[in-house]
Amino acid sequence: MSENVNENTSTNTNTGQDPSGDAAPAQREKAGDVIAQRHGMFGADNGGDTSGYGGLRRTVRLPGSSHRPYGGYFDEVADELEGALEEQGIDPETAIEKTVIDRGEMTLHIAREHLPAVARTLRDDPALRFELCTGVSGVHLPADTGRELHAVYHLRSLTHGRIIRLEVSAPDADPRIPSVVSVYPTNDWHERETYDFFGIVFDGHPALTRIMMPDDWQGFPQRKDYPLGGIPVEYKGAQIPAPDQRRSYS
Amino acid sequence: MSTTHSTDAPTATAVARETTEGTVYTVTGGDWDEIAKAAAATDDEKIVVNMGPQHPSTHGVLRLILEIDGETVTEVRCGIGYLHTGIEKNLEYRNWTQGTTFVTRMDYLTPFFNEVGYCLGVEKLLGITDQVPDRATVLRVLLMELNRISSHLVALATGGMELGATTIMIYGFRDRELCLDVFELITGLRMNHAFVRPGGLAQDLPPGAMDALRDFVRKMDRNLTEYDKLATHNPVFKARLMDVGYLDLAGCMALGATGPILRATGLPHDLRKTDPYCGYETYDFEVATADTCDSYGRYLIRIAEMRESLRIIEQCLDRLEPGPVMVADKKIAWPAQLALGPDGLGNSLDHIRNIMGTSMEALIHHFKLVTEGFRVPPGQVYTAVESPKGELGVHMVSDGGTRPYRVHFRDPSFTNLQTAAAMCEGGMVADVIVAVASIDPVMGGVDR
Repeated sequence: MSENVNENTSTNTNTGQDPSGDAAPAQREKAGDVIAQRHGMFGADNGGDTSGYGGLRRTVRLPGSSHRPYGGYFDEVADELEGALEEQGIDPETAIEKTVIDRGEMTLHIAREHLPAVARTLRDDPALRFELCTGVSGVHLPADTGRELHAVYHLRSLTHGRIIRLEVSAPDADPRIPSVVSVYPTNDWHERETYDFFGIVFDGHPALTRIMMPDDWQGFPQRKDYPLGGIPVEYKGAQIPAPDQRRSYS
Repeated sequence: MSTTHSTDAPTATAVARETTEGTVYTVTGGDWDEIAKAAAATDDEKIVVNMGPQHPSTHGVLRLILEIDGETVTEVRCGIGYLHTGIEKNLEYRNWTQGTTFVTRMDYLTPFFNEVGYCLGVEKLLGITDQVPDRATVLRVLLMELNRISSHLVALATGGMELGATTIMIYGFRDRELCLDVFELITGLRMNHAFVRPGGLAQDLPPGAMDALRDFVRKMDRNLTEYDKLATHNPVFKARLMDVGYLDLAGCMALGATGPILRATGLPHDLRKTDPYCGYETYDFEVATADTCDSYGRYLIRIAEMRESLRIIEQCLDRLEPGPVMVADKKIAWPAQLALGPDGLGNSLDHIRNIMGTSMEALIHHFKLVTEGFRVPPGQVYTAVESPKGELGVHMVSDGGTRPYRVHFRDPSFTNLQTAAAMCEGGMVADVIVAVASIDPVMGGVDR
């Protein structure tokens, strides 16, 4: 049964727009990473499911990797990057784990040990020239076993008017990702923020300290296992539970 | 017994000798340069001054840690986080539509940019970007440009006040009030509107809004000339701003600075032109630049951008056609038939009576949408809008549920504030105020 629903999930994600209209949408090779398992009709995690569909099981996957042609400028970026990495003696196959084209956006999944080299190449290669990094955003995917912590970078090329995304993952047991502050100094605060909220340790950062939370804070608040907190409040005579205690649907 | 050291130290300027009436000290003058050099050589104590977080000149709860040597600032570090409210975490516990209520409070001076950036992201995840009605898109542009004016006015007003130019502050807040009056007329609120929703807008323009907007454009067009008269060519104002807070193009690229800071280096980078959204490519406007790389250039850009915003608002008013302001898909469109009730703006009682009494499907949809919300297919997107401060990026991840899995705002204030050290180090203490004001950080956006 879960296979069926998988198919539905992946076709749904194809509703995104093309990057440049005339480009052929990239084809999916295989299903993406599993990020959740859903139960029942409504996905409510408390209370009974009286719909009769309580036995329903659904697997949620992120969009999977794509194969060529990617469409738009994505092919050119991929070609140039692979060529430039080969020149440096880095095998593109190992550095770029997979390429995902989804909703008109390109995501390059980079092996963490190659991140600084890839970032430097993307910045300096004349055909790539991604001069501006718009920071790093963390994502915690507890169900993505062995790749629980993701760091997502968006690089913008002002020269060519392009934008791509780099995604790097690290296991929860070894939450280390090389810092790119030496390539993009703007990531100084962004990496501190991601460390603060997700506990990703950016190796080589000049001063990786907390930036938002107090210095002596325990835990990493944006991780999924970290509770939101809150207290029940009374509204028009009724007790409203704290936001993370309310009945929710997914 | 004499303790004078004049024999072994002929240049000593202070001597003491014992007399029958006690110790007599003789202090003579010396070469000031030598004294200063000697003081500098022995002085290994750093003077570290904490400016803020509660300080009238630091734009909210920003803490600047200054290491100073006399009047010269040798090092600057920013301490932030005093206004961290966990908005990104909170978003993960509300449905997609409720998210606008949170994001509008991030950078509280640019609420519409936050809302539009967020909603563009949700729409891209849903794949309904093309289905958003034209009227909603034009109104979004109109509200954003109004908001650009009000944000720039606050930047000028507070920046002027920090220089001691209180007239600029009075003028700025006076004109911002005109913007807020229009916001209040259209959305019901002066700040924190939550008016832009995934799929469109909460509701259409109220009666009289078009007249109020045309009236606003006329008034603001007149008032903007007053800033030129008051400040642009004012020698005192220029002396305080010119060559202060210098940051060139290489510095901007490295530190990720965008917005007026980047355009003051002469690079006409504006996402409205380079990566258009909301149909900005169809509007006729110029990207203001300066080539001074300093605070004065940023001031000139803000003034020029307000004029361009007025031009865009006029074009919006001309192209507003009657029509829906929310996507037709009833599985996404939040049932926002609002009306003014005894306790403020809320669900229209007529609408509720209608769906309760006559249409079971509408009632079901209403109930499902409000209790569950709509589901968004799994994936991630990045959308960016050109906020008055620079690139406001939204990275959004969905796990296919009714709530955002992860939303990250790349707030321009946060990134631009990193340039404070590069701008201020080596300058005077008084210029720190000018440089920080020219960055225009809003701590609600920095800390989120």
